[in-house]
Amino acid sequence: MEENTVHVNIIDREGLTHRLEAPTDMNMNIMEVCKSYDLPVEGTCGGMALCASCQCYVECDIPLPEQSEAELAMLAEAFHVRDSSRLGCQIRITKEIDGIVLRLAPK
Amino acid sequence: MIQTDIVIIGAGPVGLFTVFEAGLLKLRCHLIDSLPEPGGQLIEIYPKKPIYDIPGYPVVNAGDLIARLMEQIGVFKPGFTLGETVTKLEETADQKFIVTTNKGTQHLAPVVIIAGGLGVFEPRKPPIENLSAFEDKGVEYIIKDPELYRDKQVVISGGGDSALDWTIYLSEKKIASKIALVHRRTSFRGHLDSVQKVMDLAAAGQIDLITDAEVVGLQASERGHLGAVMIRHTTLGDVLRTADHFIPLFGLTPSLGPIADWGLDIEKNAVKVDTFDYATSRKGIYAVGDINTYPGKLKLILCGFHEGTLAVQSAFARIHPNKKNVLKYTTVNGVSGF
Repeated sequence: MEENTVHVNIIDREGLTHRLEAPTDMNMNIMEVCKSYDLPVEGTCGGMALCASCQCYVECDIPLPEQSEAELAMLAEAFHVRDSSRLGCQIRITKEIDGIVLRLAPK
Repeated sequence: MIQTDIVIIGAGPVGLFTVFEAGLLKLRCHLIDSLPEPGGQLIEIYPKKPIYDIPGYPVVNAGDLIARLMEQIGVFKPGFTLGETVTKLEETADQKFIVTTNKGTQHLAPVVIIAGGLGVFEPRKPPIENLSAFEDKGVEYIIKDPELYRDKQVVISGGGDSALDWTIYLSEKKIASKIALVHRRTSFRGHLDSVQKVMDLAAAGQIDLITDAEVVGLQASERGHLGAVMIRHTTLGDVLRTADHFIPLFGLTPSLGPIADWGLDIEKNAVKVDTFDYATSRKGIYAVGDINTYPGKLKLILCGFHEGTLAVQSAFARIHPNKKNVLKYTTVNGVSGF
């Protein structure tokens, strides 16, 4: 595995798990990684926490950075929200999230 | 009917700069936008956010960029139809287009440039199976006339400011006879004083505050209007509640809107264009900025400026098929307006 690379596991809406390699040095987030692998994540707003099209459910115990006000506000209005909901665009690719497991929320 | 050379749908940065490049070719433009002021998402969503990739500006606030663009195109006196959404596009016998808005304003031009960005902002609709069947029969996503709810039983859903504010308004003005506010969580994300007011109204028995709950189904009355909503509570289960109106208030979300029905080639929710001149699959209609797609597309304001510049060159040839035209440099010729 290349240096500055972590693995993220994305479970798509058909239940299939994709183990994706993601660089930690390209200032990317989960939404962008999914798009770069052509997974069905729209990211309509470009990553400003304004559309919830990258909503996913955290299915692992890896601690994640706290939610910003903007993310909490968006999740308060989005649908299919659970306690484990996060916006993919607000999760940066860092070495701390190596091995993370996320399930894409319904559209 | 408003007549012009180019109708530009969308008054974001790319639509605005396209006016400038068209003006250099002596083509007049008229912009239409569903938002009440020019600027698109830069004004509506992030006016205070800095942008770092506009050439020549190390940093510029989104709102300032729009102000500068408005200043830059002022000399070409563009027309604006603001606060109206384009709903219809028809082609005339002489290959012009009539563009009509939801308020009935009509525009006639030989060229249409779609600079629609993310699309139209529409209310976010909750995933309730038969929701659309009750639109205009008791389900409203926007409150246009509060008097519609006079002496009615109303259920509002949502946790943001608009849900809180309308709950307060319909209750304090004694408009609705019964009001329930249904919210998925126990906490609200609106202004603190609005949240407090809603709590006070609930404590005083003026409204029913139903938290940890969602509206999951709708039932018709005998006359086919909305009659009741099914509320699913996380602990209490399903409860049927009489309701004349259900108002889901979950903010806005962008969608391609009516453009999707104009016979243009669409791919991944974007309009396919030829990078030669950013023409769509219909002659005379171009698409520039975030709303288009082509191999190598990057959704950047910078790229949209380039796309609009090339599109108006092609538009000139369509509008003046027998007229010579050559690229002019503003440094040499300056800018002469209308």
